[in-house]
Amino acid sequence: MPADTGRQVDISKEALLETARRLKNEGFNDLHCITAVDRKDGIELVYIFYAMDKHACTILRTRLTLDDLSAESLAHIWRSADWLEREVYDLFGVKFLNHPDLKRILNPDDWTIHPLRKT
Amino acid sequence: MGPQHPSTHGVLYLEVRLSGETVVDLITHIGYLHRGMEKIAENRTYTQFIPYTDRLDYVASMTNNLGYVLAVEKLMKAEIPERAKYIRVIVAELQRIASHLVGITTFTQDLGAFATPLFYGFREREKILDLFDELCGNRLTYDYMRIGGVQFDLPKGAGGKIRGIVKYMGPKIDDLENLFSSNAIFVARTKGVGVLTKEKALNYSVTGPNLRASGVKWDLRKDEPYLCYDRFNFDIPTGSNGDSWDRYKVRIEEMRQSLRIIEQALDGLPEGDPTVKIGRVIKPAPGEVYMRTEAPRGELGFYIVSDGSAVPYRMKIRSPSFSNLAVLSELVKGAKVADVVCVLGSLDIVVGDTDR
Repeated sequence: MPADTGRQVDISKEALLETARRLKNEGFNDLHCITAVDRKDGIELVYIFYAMDKHACTILRTRLTLDDLSAESLAHIWRSADWLEREVYDLFGVKFLNHPDLKRILNPDDWTIHPLRKT
Repeated sequence: MGPQHPSTHGVLYLEVRLSGETVVDLITHIGYLHRGMEKIAENRTYTQFIPYTDRLDYVASMTNNLGYVLAVEKLMKAEIPERAKYIRVIVAELQRIASHLVGITTFTQDLGAFATPLFYGFREREKILDLFDELCGNRLTYDYMRIGGVQFDLPKGAGGKIRGIVKYMGPKIDDLENLFSSNAIFVARTKGVGVLTKEKALNYSVTGPNLRASGVKWDLRKDEPYLCYDRFNFDIPTGSNGDSWDRYKVRIEEMRQSLRIIEQALDGLPEGDPTVKIGRVIKPAPGEVYMRTEAPRGELGFYIVSDGSAVPYRMKIRSPSFSNLAVLSELVKGAKVADVVCVLGSLDIVVGDTDR
């Protein structure tokens, strides 16, 4: 089976939780990676899912506006999201709602900046 | 425990809550070795970032190099020469053996086998480091892969030397296995300790030998082959219980499979120039790419966003140790405090890889 380049899906942040649940039901058992890209006019969240049995990959992307940097946490569906979301919070300042323990992970707790922001 | 503690394999701090000898809760604090690699990448050209990848998982620099250049090549849709693919497979598998030797023997040292097995493991590993030294002039931080191929072709007589290493290594792996597997203390300390179920492993996105030890037959070299791995015959060892013992056994067996791959790659090694000239400054077309490879510790992925300039707009490094370490607190709850050291050692993390 050749490496799957994955389908990319752009969704609104309101649809994130529902789409993620549907992906889980479709067999996407591995939330492999969560990251973010600062697009200057907003932050883009990137979620990379894999379905091992089907050798399939889905990349979800959602755009957050600078005045509301928050999104629903997926940590109660995939435990891997716990640390990955903490990292995105640490580096980009995105707040994940209903996260079990949202705090910095790589940088010191008393930092006030989010180092990977471009603006 | 930590940040400076002999069994944490680097600067890692574990906050353990105990009731007598029993672990009630464990909180992992990472970040002591955070060097902002992802931010550095935004200020370096694609080629300039290669030596930085050496410092991610510094016990397996070669496979980090490989994961990175493959991601950039995928972004550029570049084809590399056949000879480069074979050389890359050979050095990546040698690196896997060197890395597992460190992983296994430091693990046994954590369990009280003080120094002796470690010296055996490092003696065998030195053969591989010597070869890499001859290949690219460095023992640990190789900077060997290039976008479009490798830095240098194999030196004269390297084929024979690698065959010599393969021949030497097989019996030495058997020796190491005998040393540990027939040791009553080692067996008692690892069997049934730190059981990671299949479901939990997948839910935490645990990858590599740790995932396979939990009984999931998944290896990117087989399931999503890159380079020329689809041309070689090898097996994917798996465990059944997902305990520390299985994680050790899987690594031992993986070294043997790597030897098989190296032999086949040497047999099929084509002639020719191993590098295509791509130039020092690379400007990939705007777009994103995610490429993951099977590093010794699990799946190493690079998510690169290009804006068409000579430097990446954003680079995310998805490191195997990061996700593998996240599961630690689940594994040790209810265990004895001495088992924390055992489970951590069996997960084989590298702090440079978790913190980046």
